[in-house]
Amino acid sequence: MRLNRLFLVLVLLGACGRNGEKTVLEFWAMGREGEVVQSLMPEFERRYPEIQVKVQQIPWSAAHEKLLTAYAGDAMPDVFQLGNTWIPEFVVLKAVDSLNDRLTAKQREDYFQGILETNEIDGKLYGLPWYVDTRLLFYRTDVLAEAGFTAPPRTWNEWLAMMARVKNLPGGERYASLLPMNEWQVPVILGLQLGAKLLRDEARFGNFQSDAFRRAFRFYLDIFRRGYAPAVSEAQVANLYQEFASGYFVMYVTGPWNIGEFERRLPKAVQDKWATAPMPAPDEHYPGLSLAGGASLAIARNSGHKDQARKLIEFLSEPEQQLAFFRLTGDLPTRRSAWQHSDLATAARAQAFKAQLERVVSTPKIPEWERIASKIAHYAEKAVRGELTEEQALVALDEDVNQILEKRRWLLRKRAP
Amino acid sequence: MKIAFPRTNPAFWFLAPALTLIVVFFFFPVAASLLLSFTDFDIYALGDRERLRFVAFENYLRLLRDPLFWTALKNTLYFVLVGGPLSVAVSLGAALLVNHRLVRFKGLFRSLLFLPVVTTLVAIAVVWRYLYHPRHGFLNYVLGLLGLGPVDWLGDPDWAMPAIILMATWKNFGFNMIIFIAGLQSIPARLYEAAVIDGANAWRQFRHITLPMLGPTFVFVTVITMIGYFQLFAEPYVMTQGGPANSTLSVALLMFQEGFRWWNLGYAAAIAFTLFVIVLAGTLLQLSLRRKEV
Repeated sequence: MRLNRLFLVLVLLGACGRNGEKTVLEFWAMGREGEVVQSLMPEFERRYPEIQVKVQQIPWSAAHEKLLTAYAGDAMPDVFQLGNTWIPEFVVLKAVDSLNDRLTAKQREDYFQGILETNEIDGKLYGLPWYVDTRLLFYRTDVLAEAGFTAPPRTWNEWLAMMARVKNLPGGERYASLLPMNEWQVPVILGLQLGAKLLRDEARFGNFQSDAFRRAFRFYLDIFRRGYAPAVSEAQVANLYQEFASGYFVMYVTGPWNIGEFERRLPKAVQDKWATAPMPAPDEHYPGLSLAGGASLAIARNSGHKDQARKLIEFLSEPEQQLAFFRLTGDLPTRRSAWQHSDLATAARAQAFKAQLERVVSTPKIPEWERIASKIAHYAEKAVRGELTEEQALVALDEDVNQILEKRRWLLRKRAP
Repeated sequence: MKIAFPRTNPAFWFLAPALTLIVVFFFFPVAASLLLSFTDFDIYALGDRERLRFVAFENYLRLLRDPLFWTALKNTLYFVLVGGPLSVAVSLGAALLVNHRLVRFKGLFRSLLFLPVVTTLVAIAVVWRYLYHPRHGFLNYVLGLLGLGPVDWLGDPDWAMPAIILMATWKNFGFNMIIFIAGLQSIPARLYEAAVIDGANAWRQFRHITLPMLGPTFVFVTVITMIGYFQLFAEPYVMTQGGPANSTLSVALLMFQEGFRWWNLGYAAAIAFTLFVIVLAGTLLQLSLRRKEV
């Protein structure tokens, strides 16, 4: 009897030891990328048989909250995707590991500089850019031709002239552009194009009453005042692809994910009647500046599998993998060498992005930026609706931003005696 | 020699397990939250405890000065004072209809009318967003048939809250309806028989028998509805995200945005406690009104 029991115990102990050989990496990916990245994993697991990757899909709307909650609950994944405007926040939280020693100088040059720069805080690199995002003009070539234009606008004046003509085309209630009022990107882009410094004193105070931003804000509001864009926010446009196809609006400032979405969702009749173009500039220096957006891959500071995590990040950053990813999602690679491949070199709609990516600039790299950005959208909406005048909106915006930055000022004072 | 111990009520020991659970999982977190509301806990403090500041009542004072809070409070009160009685009235009406002696398949109707309560809100929101579409939506189509102009339900700041109220009433009336049905069924039939003998018509029966006998049920329903409606969050979160122009921003939604989007947990805790005080005041007011009537 005793021997039987001893035998049983030994067998069980033996069985326990055999399972834990593979390291399991937790990888959180968002949105469409989360849906698709799983298909790249078999190649990675083939190369590194001792690593198994568990991909967890998170919707973008909940991603920021989920990551912060995971941080607070000490349940961060090993590798995660981060919108690059979130990097300053996660650096402040000390939630991400620095990656400086892993990039050679040659690799560094291969990345679009404006994009790589958004991942650098205080000289250290905290994320590897995974795909780029910037904002471009998507437009209907046929409607513009009907209005008498064969090329997209290169300057603000041309843009206004085109919008005026399109608005006056027959066809009932129609608009030229869609500029959802809950999106802060367009007023910020316009401000950056005029060289406005959105925050002053090392991001201690808001600077939205500066001349440059005032002019940009006025230009933005004018588009609504003249009726070239409907005064709606994103939630009110039930199906923007339908509206674009029907000509309700013919220009839309949006990002590269919509290349794939437009190709998938627009009706066949309209498929060859749209194109992309870089942002018009306020003067002759075409293309105008746009935002350096996109997502990066980051490693959690408290991850227990940092080496394996770095291998995963480096794998996904290889030009071939970035190309494979592009074929699956339409997301644009962050490395110039990937762009030289024929898939992208000949894709006309993607080429406009390449031109734009050489002219991108980042927003202020502070954790409070998202909040400040939402305040910009908030006051822009109030001004569009006529609840506040331009002047009142900018004054109130500066006041709110100063209040948001109060803690940052306190911390900076504490740090520098 | 006997040592004199103060005698604890033996009932206390029977309650102790349940009390422990409530204290640990309810009172401790609430007390911690109250403490949190006296600090300026935010994303900086989350990374490093040294960056936390104790600010006493500063959060509450800032709350009182914040125009966004007053907008949220105004919207929430609008929802409670208009949506609440509407919801209770619709529930009572539905209960009366379902409970009527001439109605067959009572169980079927009860279940069908209760379905919106158990249907997931996200699915409902998708459908209602199409119903509310300004150009292709069903509601504006019906308004057009009646000769009225189209309404931008979710885009017009004046009509967004009524749109939310309508959707919330439709979603929630089933719950109160069930409670009212139970209340109606507990009214003895002989009271109605006596009233008929005395010559009372349906309206007088309703006013003098049904309503008074439903008194306690009424108190329960109105208090529960009010508490629930003050915590309005899911409908604006899913349908309008607080827009347009903050016309559907509710106190709970503001708390969520401050606490979980911007991670200003200290400020959000202050909002939570303010909401608690408001709901408590409303409940006490309702209960005291009820007592005066009796």
